Amino acid sequence: MSLGLFIFLLMVVVTIVAAVAVVTSRNLVNAAMWLMVALFGAAIAFVLLQATYIAVIQVLVYIGAIAVLIVYTIMLTRDPDEKHVPGVNKQWPIAAVLSLVLFLGLAYFYYTLPQTNVLAPTLDGDLNAISQLGALLVSPNAYVLPFELASILLLAALIGSIVVAWRK
Amino acid sequence: MPSYWLYIGIFLAVAVAFPIIAVSLPSLISPHKPSRRKQEVYECGIETDGDIRVQFKSQYYIYSLIFLVFDIETVFLFPWAVSLGELPLFAVVEGVIFIIILFAGLIYAMRKGALTWI
Amino acid sequence: MADLINVIESWLFNLIVSWGASQGLAQFILQVLGSLLVVVLCFVIVIALIWVERKLAGRIQDRFGPNRAGPYGIFQSFADIIKIFTKEYVTPTGADKGLFNIAPVLAMASVLAIWAVFPFAINVIGADISVGVLYIVAIGSFGILAILMAGWSSNNRFALLGASRSVAMLISYEIPMVISLLIPVLLAKSMKLSAIIDAQRPWWFLIVTPLAALFFLISSMAEIGKAPFDLLEAESELVAGYHTEYSGMKFGMFYVAEFLHQYTVGALVTIFFLGGWTGPMAATWPILGVIYFFTKTFIVYLAISWIRLSLPRIRIDEMLDLNWKFLIPVSFLNLIMVAVADRVLMELDPARWIYVGVMFVLSMALLLMSLIVAGMTKPAVERVEFPSRAVAVSPQSDRSKS
Repeated sequence: MSLGLFIFLLMVVVTIVAAVAVVTSRNLVNAAMWLMVALFGAAIAFVLLQATYIAVIQVLVYIGAIAVLIVYTIMLTRDPDEKHVPGVNKQWPIAAVLSLVLFLGLAYFYYTLPQTNVLAPTLDGDLNAISQLGALLVSPNAYVLPFELASILLLAALIGSIVVAWRK
Repeated sequence: MPSYWLYIGIFLAVAVAFPIIAVSLPSLISPHKPSRRKQEVYECGIETDGDIRVQFKSQYYIYSLIFLVFDIETVFLFPWAVSLGELPLFAVVEGVIFIIILFAGLIYAMRKGALTWI
Repeated sequence: MADLINVIESWLFNLIVSWGASQGLAQFILQVLGSLLVVVLCFVIVIALIWVERKLAGRIQDRFGPNRAGPYGIFQSFADIIKIFTKEYVTPTGADKGLFNIAPVLAMASVLAIWAVFPFAINVIGADISVGVLYIVAIGSFGILAILMAGWSSNNRFALLGASRSVAMLISYEIPMVISLLIPVLLAKSMKLSAIIDAQRPWWFLIVTPLAALFFLISSMAEIGKAPFDLLEAESELVAGYHTEYSGMKFGMFYVAEFLHQYTVGALVTIFFLGGWTGPMAATWPILGVIYFFTKTFIVYLAISWIRLSLPRIRIDEMLDLNWKFLIPVSFLNLIMVAVADRVLMELDPARWIYVGVMFVLSMALLLMSLIVAGMTKPAVERVEFPSRAVAVSPQSDRSKS
């Protein structure tokens, strides 16, 4: 077993365990922390795919910002320990069957799609990838409109959050 | 390149293992005599009354939301900054427009008073 | 012989291979050894720094500082270690045990892990990854998570208040820090730390963009939570902030992490603005580069200590105002100015010293203008002047007044 495969399997196990813990944890803050573990696992997956910029962004945005946001949101509510509320309702068997079917369907499509066997073309060097990404973001032939729209979207999010959450 | 990331993985493992060792070593030699009084939550000598998880004001929430917006902004700005040297001048202007649009959001938040601590 | 460090490295590599290990395994063992070396070095540095810091604090505050254990008290840190190793762990009732124990480990690990990407000399660099700058920022966010965990899991009002307050402060100051970091990236056209250092020969970025360096220093000082920004553990208000309930080595981890973080900030300022390992002869003698790197870092560390020992703590509203209404807008303006000026100057292609001079003058002009504008605007919270009165007033005089 190669080292890469070993790290991959470790990552998969940790991510899945953490993801299960997110939904089964009875304490909201614990669930949020397990979510961070799962997202960190996803960051490792990005590193293994050599998408290192996305990996670092994953950690920066999710663990650096979303985690804090979630915990603050929980603090805004009263009772994070929901021991008196049952964790599942009566419909859980149906939900389990449905999600299993969905998973199997996705797996089937993944294996039958023709593109899955084709490796993506390798970029020449990692440093160029970021530089190319930056060039594409502001190139008029590529993504300059989405780039500026992203800015407007962020502005809207900023104004929206203040309007919704700000009470004098 | 993967060798670098392998090193980072090893380094992270070592960086986590060292504090764990440092924290668990003293439990071998230090005393352990728990008592109810000792394990009480510290609150200036008086007993804690009620639930400590009090409701917080929304100011914290707004700060974290605005932080999130600016954090995502940097995701776009770092590639732009790296590729700046090989881009034509208008590409710089596009990045500047991106920054100015968000700057307007900051001004809005400031004028609205959301950034003033109360 | 000049390249001592790489000579040792290749000697070890050949030694391990000669013992029968494969090339890959030998590389792996070397990487483990390298990371162990850096981590142990960090701990040794902290042990020395605690003594230096306490001695310096003593001198600045007109005291002796530690002077009992050994000459000049140099064994004080070792005495402290022995003491802290024999302290009992107390976990408060109602604490979330898992998070309570993870938090100090995470706090320490988040600072240590930054050292994985530091270039110590010309070819002595752990991992020269292409996203080095963002890696540093991203790893730093684990420290914020550790504070949140510690504050939440302690089941203590002071800890929870301290944690949420300090996290609000840390995330706020992360914005000007990241924007200031964008400027070296923009000038070096790379996020690789080695490329950023290469771009600083011979002109340090401190001279090219003094404003970014200043803002990075200020926001980093807030990130490490030292005075004047030590609101996370405002003793008079919050006991000890997020680590109120910690004892023994678990507290020690937070303490050590704080010291190491200050030193790490010194290293970051050195790498991004003071040319890293560069210096006379450093390119041919890497060992000199290591010495330059640690010397510069230590000087920045002492400067931070000097600032923090001289200034009183500021109020939280003043502190957040400083960030949101001064640092962030001005650093955005600075980013725009540097990007445009750099690109325009690149078109004109002047001599290097003219380029540096123009950038320096622009940077200083922006600082001056923003200070003038900030001085003209009124503070959001009006200062209320209370009439002064004597501390102790006798009942007679009080009665006579009314």
